[in-house]
Parts: sequence; C-alpha cells; structure tokens
Amino acid sequence: MSAVVLATVHPTPTYYLLLAAGLFGIGAFGVMVRRNPLVMFMCVELMLNAVNLSFVALAKALGDIGGQTTVFFVMVVAAAEVVVGLGIIVAILRRKPNATADDLVELKG
Amino acid sequence: MELFVFVCASLMILGGAIGVVIRSHPVHAALSLVLTLFGVAVLFVAQDAHFLAAVQVIVYAGAIVVLFLFVIMLLGVDTVEDLRIEPIPVQRPLAAIVGLGIIGVIGAAIIQARDTIGTHAGTGIEVPTQTGNSDGNIKQIARDLFSDHVFAFELTSVLLVVAVIGTVLLARRPDKLGGPS
Repeated sequence: MSAVVLATVHPTPTYYLLLAAGLFGIGAFGVMVRRNPLVMFMCVELMLNAVNLSFVALAKALGDIGGQTTVFFVMVVAAAEVVVGLGIIVAILRRKPNATADDLVELKG
Repeated sequence: MELFVFVCASLMILGGAIGVVIRSHPVHAALSLVLTLFGVAVLFVAQDAHFLAAVQVIVYAGAIVVLFLFVIMLLGVDTVEDLRIEPIPVQRPLAAIVGLGIIGVIGAAIIQARDTIGTHAGTGIEVPTQTGNSDGNIKQIARDLFSDHVFAFELTSVLLVVAVIGTVLLARRPDKLGGPS
C-alpha cells in the first residue's frame, strides 16, 4: 500500500513550502532558545536555507529562473554574514571565554 | 519515486535541524547542520536546480560549516552547554509557542494558497535531457545573472571585499590597535 503511494504521488510545490515552513520555524525556535552565539548563528543558517528551499520550489513551479538566481545571491550574502559574524564572535570570545548571549548585556552603553 | 526522495530528504532536513537546536555540544550541532544542508541539496537536485545543489554543497557544507568548526576548535569553546539551565523561566515555552505560531501561520497561508500557485506561468526552466541539453539550466542562470542582475552581481563583489576587510580588522589582536606605532 505504502509502496503504491510512494510510486504514484508526486510532491507538489506545497509539500516543499510546508517543509520550508517547518525548517524556518525550527530555526527561529533555536535562535530564541539557544544561548551559545555560535549555535544561534547555525540556527540563522537553518532559516536562510528554508527560504532558499522555498525560492527553488517556486522557481520550478512558476517556471521562472529568477528564483534560482535569488538563491545564488542569498548564498553570497549568507557567506559574507557568516564571515563578519564569526569575526565578531571571535573578538567577543577572545575577551571573555565561554560568553553566552546573556553576557553581551554589558555592551549596553 | 519522487515522493520517496522527498520523504528521505525531509527526514534528513528536519532531523538535522532538530539536532542543531537540541544538541548541547557545538561540534555536534555543526555536524547536524551538515546533515540539513545535504538534505536541502538533495531537494535542489529534485527541483532541477543542479548548479545550486553543487554550490550548496561546496559553499555551505564545505566552506561555512568548516568555518564554524574552525572557530569552535580555535577558540576552544567546544564545552558542553548544560541545556537544563533555563536562565529566563518563561523563555522556552514562549519560544515554543512563537515557533509553532510561525509554522502554523505560514503553513495555513501555504495550504490556503495551494491552488493559486500557477504552474509554469513563466518562460520555463530547462531540465537536463539525454539528447542535447546535458547541463540543465546553468546557461539560463548565467543569462539571467549577467543580464538582468549584473549590477547586483557586481555589488556582491564589493560586499565580499567589505566583509573580508572588516573581518581582518575585527580579528586583529586588540593590543596592536591604537598603540604608538
């Protein structure tokens, strides 16, 4: 029965978009919950990937290559963001090892 | 068969994502992130985005995760974080409510709009075939990138240069800054 379902049902764009929504939600939950700045960064990457997934799914559904081009730009910006963010995290952790996001409250002016 | 690929890749993606959130060791979280990124790459291939799948594996799983692991190892912050400590008491239930709310709202919008997604409204995406077109839609991406979005493409080079210079400045030893030269 399940083999028949697997062979006949084709995933529509809705499947991909729902998966992307789930991935985005998990990433958002992680950003709100985790206190290690590195892991918070990884959760931001999860959210970016969820958006990339929905861009590609809609590019295929709408027959427009612009979605894939946008994903390309998102990847470039994500790489730049990771580089700068990790630089900031290195600068913070070097001054204060094992700092969590709560310790950054002292940055307040 | 397509559904089988989709189900397997979704299990990879969601399992990796949950691993990133609940693993207490940062290295384990980074490796779970690799699992998620590979799952997304599989779905890119399933959606005929072969070039983006390759870029995803090379840039994300290759460069970005290695950068994460490098920073974890370099700074020696690979200590296990005790996840049972909850500094702000209502944070986790509240975050769970907000996260589920995000999924619920987006999911409801997607399900409500599922019939309005017109299929193949645009010019179409070329798919690789046995005869002739063997490299899929890479040429289409190149044409789009270097004609319509060429200015944005050039701006990304500026962005990358700014990011590199900024990181070099940030990562310099503080004692070398501002001292008498």
